[in-house]
Amino acid sequence: MTLLSLHGIRKSFGAVDVLHGVDLSVAAGEVVGLVGDNGAGKSTLMKTITGIYRADSGSIEFDGKDILTLDPGQRRELGIEMIYQDLSLAKQQDVAANIFLGREPTKKLFGLFPGIVDKAEMDRQAAKMIERLGAHLPSINRSVGSFSGGQQQTVAIARALTFNPKLVIMDEPTAALAVREVQSVLDLIRRLRSEGIAVILISHRLNDVLSVTDRIVVLRHGRADADLVTAKTNMNEVVSRIVGGGDTSAAAAHEQRG
Amino acid sequence: MASEMAQPGFWARVQRASVERLHIRLESLVVLLALSAAMAVLSPFFLSLSNFLNILLATSTIGVLAIAATFVIGSGGLDLSLGSVMGLAGVAGAFVAVNLGWPSVFAVIACILAGGLAGYINGQLVTRAFVPAFIVTLGMLGLARGLALVISQGRAIYGLPAAIVYIGQGRPFGIPMPVILLVLTAIVAHCVLAYTRFGRHTLALGDSEGAARAAGIRVEHHRRIIYTLSGALAGLAGLLFTARVNAGDPTAGINYELTAITAAIIGGTNLFGGRASILGTMIGALIMGVLQNGLTLLAVQSYYQQMAIGAVLILAVFIDQYQVRKESRV
Repeated sequence: MTLLSLHGIRKSFGAVDVLHGVDLSVAAGEVVGLVGDNGAGKSTLMKTITGIYRADSGSIEFDGKDILTLDPGQRRELGIEMIYQDLSLAKQQDVAANIFLGREPTKKLFGLFPGIVDKAEMDRQAAKMIERLGAHLPSINRSVGSFSGGQQQTVAIARALTFNPKLVIMDEPTAALAVREVQSVLDLIRRLRSEGIAVILISHRLNDVLSVTDRIVVLRHGRADADLVTAKTNMNEVVSRIVGGGDTSAAAAHEQRG
Repeated sequence: MASEMAQPGFWARVQRASVERLHIRLESLVVLLALSAAMAVLSPFFLSLSNFLNILLATSTIGVLAIAATFVIGSGGLDLSLGSVMGLAGVAGAFVAVNLGWPSVFAVIACILAGGLAGYINGQLVTRAFVPAFIVTLGMLGLARGLALVISQGRAIYGLPAAIVYIGQGRPFGIPMPVILLVLTAIVAHCVLAYTRFGRHTLALGDSEGAARAAGIRVEHHRRIIYTLSGALAGLAGLLFTARVNAGDPTAGINYELTAITAAIIGGTNLFGGRASILGTMIGALIMGVLQNGLTLLAVQSYYQQMAIGAVLILAVFIDQYQVRKESRV
């Protein structure tokens, strides 16, 4: 069952064309790797899916609905979450505030004044989510700016998973992590797949992509240049598609070691 | 427990608790108390109920402006037009009441509306025309002041109706009306900023606009509301001032933005947004009030008071930035 389908997505910034008509589809519970050189348009493409950017033309359907004109908040409501490379955290706010940003639960004060943020409920659910991820944070009431990179990553992941998403987009989730933390992110991706949640993984670490995805889409010069089934491809082919042919065995061997 | 109290981390824990639960910085409270103690020692007139009410009365206008500054700065914005918009609003209200002779309630509405409109224009220009807030509100500082002078033809408008004057000079239960209105405004503003989604989004926006946008908060829309709110509060401040001095003075509020922004920053508002509390701002406004009152009692020329306020602003931002650099990895 197709969860997300993009057709002919174009996006340019002024005179610079970034996306030249991208087609991409993701099935429910499928893990798709999105790879490509720097400047291939990966992040731009993802931001047109989350609604941060509005595509110039083309169509985006999610769960059978046309979402092209929806804003980021509305797309989150439908179940699209993204973990940004810069994590997009409000660093002076605490853990719960970040996890529930834009979706704070409210209660009535004295049964009278509506719209009062239910901080206790937020803290409770945030603690539960952090625990479910098997992570340890010094304190849930501390501003996230005081945490380490890995801990901040945990908060960003918790935010993406708290509201039962159908699709989670991860932009370089392992780039800044220690070895053990990388493994836990990969395990998390496998767990999401088993729960029927689709994942789009953007990563330069091709070993990670090959080990965890079902399919690999190569973005090149603003087009989906190749669509490879992970089980039927190898490092050599992926590298060759990224750089656009030629003898790439040396580069592939390097990645393999990497 | 007793041994725990003796640990060096005790002060740090009290500080953290005050920041997290009461949303105030303890240092500002200490400064307020120390400053009051110093003034009490230096002047025999400082410690009296009537002087206390004087300080509150003098703080009421600045206090309302400082609340506006807290919201705007907390959201990562800036409003330099507060004092001018306050002057414009007061003149607009006086014009409606005196020159047009309309009922007092319309004068009250005119004050708030004139302020709100100026703020709305600020918000539109910041979010749609992409002119930096610094420039937009600096321009509005000139525009609003000029318009106030045009409307009033450069002269104060006298002869306000009794109902308006009561707002500024009335003393139900012996408490000046402006003080009551400031306290009510502060309570509402505190609840909005600390406990509602609007308030939390305001701080998140000031903290990281990108994070707020990614979370689905309508960033531009939110900013327009905040600037409009800021203008409307400046309008309320204009009403309080006009009613208190019983005249629509086109030069009212000159340099008040300096004092208001200083009060907000002393109260713990992060100059770059993301952290702010109304309780803290009220302490900041009181510090400014005590400072001005004390210097007046000590017969220090008002020129030096201006200098003191300017120096306090720079000092407050210095201390704040020093702590941010020390504590955080931001």
